[in-house]
Amino acid sequence: MNFITGDLIKSVSDFSDLSDIQNSAYNIREDGQCAARQSTENIKIENKTDAPGIVITVKPGTKGEKVYIPACVTHGSFDDLVYNDFIIGEDADVTVIAGCGVHTADDGAAGHNGIHRFTLEKNAKVLYVEKHLGTGKGKGIKKIDPVTDIILKEGSSLTMDTIQLGGVDISTRKTYAVLEEEAKLIVRERIMTDGVEKARTDFDVILKGEGSGADLVSRSVARGNSHQEFNSKIVGRVRCTGHSECDAILAENGTVTASPSLEASHIDAELIHEAAIGKIAGEQILKLRTLGLTEEEAEQKIIDGFLQ
Amino acid sequence: MALRLENIKWDLSDDNGVNKEIIKNISLKFGDGKLVVVTGPNGGGKTTLAKLIAGVVTPSSGKIILEKDGKDIDITDINVTDRARSGIAYAFQQPVRFKGLTVRNLLETAADRKMEKSELCKLLGKVGLCAEEYLNREMNTSLSGGESKRIEIATVLAREADISVYDEPEAGIDLWSFTKLVEAFEEIREARKGTLIIISHQERIISIADEIVVIANGQIRAFGPREEILPTLLSDEKTGRCPINAKGVEY
Repeated sequence: MNFITGDLIKSVSDFSDLSDIQNSAYNIREDGQCAARQSTENIKIENKTDAPGIVITVKPGTKGEKVYIPACVTHGSFDDLVYNDFIIGEDADVTVIAGCGVHTADDGAAGHNGIHRFTLEKNAKVLYVEKHLGTGKGKGIKKIDPVTDIILKEGSSLTMDTIQLGGVDISTRKTYAVLEEEAKLIVRERIMTDGVEKARTDFDVILKGEGSGADLVSRSVARGNSHQEFNSKIVGRVRCTGHSECDAILAENGTVTASPSLEASHIDAELIHEAAIGKIAGEQILKLRTLGLTEEEAEQKIIDGFLQ
Repeated sequence: MALRLENIKWDLSDDNGVNKEIIKNISLKFGDGKLVVVTGPNGGGKTTLAKLIAGVVTPSSGKIILEKDGKDIDITDINVTDRARSGIAYAFQQPVRFKGLTVRNLLETAADRKMEKSELCKLLGKVGLCAEEYLNREMNTSLSGGESKRIEIATVLAREADISVYDEPEAGIDLWSFTKLVEAFEEIREARKGTLIIISHQERIISIADEIVVIANGQIRAFGPREEILPTLLSDEKTGRCPINAKGVEY
């Protein structure tokens, strides 16, 4: 593991050294290669046989364990593509931490395309944490394009907590999910863009099981001349609940478009979409200034809180 | 620390560009450690006066002077941030909501330091809120109007400022929390921990004032110790006589 990977991991994962996660399963991917790997008794990590990537298999009933799968690209002129499959056994309850960092110090582009496929068996529960970061002073484009493909079987639930920390020039994140009976999907996405960065989010969720539910919340801040695009589609085919929310703050010349879509084909499908885009309210700045903050400090405090 | 307003005027242009005097040549002194209640009819200029003191608006003419350590400091042109840093705190009449910022975030920002849970509990207790339930709540629309209002007041209590201005603190607050709030004001007054300027229509707040200012139509109609002003206010309340029609001295 080189020092750039070490630095990126500190920001995008919950550890700074392998000794911090010595009791957990992990796979560290560096420039398209496996830099370190460990399985545990309950969580097995193996190479995929049909494509680059790994298969993470969690035994039924596994509780409270974490698996770390950070992926880093540490130089330009490299575009990583990886397929990671997660098979989560019945009644398991685990956390997956999947940070991604791209770094370039030259004119070559650094990219990472992580295609994650989740299958959660009956009553399984997963917290999926994903942080993205771009670093390096090179002029090369830093690009991260994650795809998350999710199948939630009866009674299972997946919570996705994703954040784009900054420095990523172009990002397209696609999430597809199919929910069976009583399955739940919760997504909390936070994106910060600045300069001329571009970020696009696509959610496509099918609620096909009775009593299933999806709650998608995206909060974003577009600063500088950056642009963000939010697209969400929730399809309710049975008695189900779906909610998507896009909340965006604009600063300087940042722009955001939000295109929600709901499709209900059952009388008991309850689907809601909310979208709000605007600059920071003047009264919020004013209130914080009456507490002694400068205008710039107030704006930063509001943004930090919003993306918290 | 005391605060003096000298010949303060504040004009507002209407849609036709015609100037309207909202505050008409007000001169007033808020004495050090005093609890002063500013009251009067709606639309008379009370909130504008509070905003002028907090630096939210700047007077068209006149001076705002801080008396500190025997020196006069002219703060007329000092902006809101520096006004706050010079020791003036202001509780908005309409509380401001923030997505993402928690009650703890806001109170610690107000106090300009990390606070122990016990301190936060004590602070929120003064406005009738149970801290355990509220500390990690977002300052967003999930809070009721009354809850937001009480947190707004708590941000000013947290600052322990030399001069604190509260704009209608009673608005939207339930009776029990209001009682707690009156006790908090009395406690500050008893300890002489700072000057309190409270804009209020509530008799229970007016009745704990050291001094009362009556403002109507942008002018001071009366100013003096509570013992002098309150009886007139109460008798006028019974007779329906409004200070807007009164003439200064008569009132």
